[in-house]
Amino acid sequence: MKRDPMHFIKPELMPRKVKGPDGVEFEVEPLRDYFCDAPPTVQHGAYLKIVEDFFNWARAQSLWILGFGTGCGAIEMRPLMTPRFDAYRYGIQWRPTARQANLLVISGYLSTKTLKRAIRAYEQMQNPKYVVGLGSCTINGGMYWDSYNTIKCLDQYLPVDLYITGCMPRPEALLQGFEDLKKLIRAGQAEGANRYAENFTWYKANQKQVIHDWDMPDYNW
Amino acid sequence: MHALYDRLKALFPVGEFTEQRSNLAFVTLPGAYLRPALLHLRDREGFTHLVLLTAVDWIEQGQFQLTYLLSNRAENRDIGLRVMLPRLGTVMASIHDLWPTAATYQRELREMFGIDFPDSPGVYEEFILEGWNDIPPYRRDFDTLQYAQDSYAQRPGRETRDPESHMKQQLYPGKG
Repeated sequence: MKRDPMHFIKPELMPRKVKGPDGVEFEVEPLRDYFCDAPPTVQHGAYLKIVEDFFNWARAQSLWILGFGTGCGAIEMRPLMTPRFDAYRYGIQWRPTARQANLLVISGYLSTKTLKRAIRAYEQMQNPKYVVGLGSCTINGGMYWDSYNTIKCLDQYLPVDLYITGCMPRPEALLQGFEDLKKLIRAGQAEGANRYAENFTWYKANQKQVIHDWDMPDYNW
Repeated sequence: MHALYDRLKALFPVGEFTEQRSNLAFVTLPGAYLRPALLHLRDREGFTHLVLLTAVDWIEQGQFQLTYLLSNRAENRDIGLRVMLPRLGTVMASIHDLWPTAATYQRELREMFGIDFPDSPGVYEEFILEGWNDIPPYRRDFDTLQYAQDSYAQRPGRETRDPESHMKQQLYPGKG
């Protein structure tokens, strides 16, 4: 006997009409993915340079890294977030979700499969946001230069603000890289998110060239 | 291992026997006898653990070699069964009902080598690759470097040096 699949769904997951706090009734489908696929827009600086400089100073003090390890470089994050190298004393910490992070560290090689997740993670992060490419693999493919499954040049797909060389870069190199990133932010040069918004179609075309089964919205907040 | 080989020879038309170590040997046998041989080894000889199922592409001979590596924990010895299959339109019987883990190996072999295992659960689902649009990448006629150059943007200026001559040049400049 065939039964309606909706029969098994809990009542709170059924599509229904809800009355909002402002008294307007609207339809809700709890099982549908809600997203805004409007392309990102360029965020202009504050009207006064001194205010923007103050903002940038504040931004540089709070680098919150998304805890997302893409390759072997993620192993260098562990000594960095523990007392041995203790990146927290520089105002750097790791967050479990893209919504709370503003720095995406692409830690090593990026297969096309992971690239898809990295793009989703990056697009879900809120402005201001920065990307750091870590290790040779993100720069020119590194030891995966002839691999059929890894990208060779990260800045074709995501707006990279800073590369840290090495294979692998030691935690000291990462700390130095974060200090350099802070200098860039304070100087107002870490404009990766705006570059992404300006060249959005170019980035999307590059991404879709390597991700053959594109099954997500073009932009997902 | 020779005693085991003699017992196998009495039952199946087994071919070449290679003894790698005192507790590791490989036997070749026709694909049709693989299943009874696996059952015999599992149920009578104590080889209860499927260590791995892997493939080798012998492109020069036009053949795929499947290796079923079994382990006998109690006696601490391993045996590998080798099956040679034609490279074109390779189809092999699934053994997921003998060892459920085989389904995962078979799924991987179908994706990476294009060896088909009908009836294996989920064998046609994507395993590691997503949206792959070329011949299976572990086949030796797949040109990895060419594919990488065609598919991915490269940063110009990358050069490759022979480590030996480069380090000689670095450490002892001017000496031949």
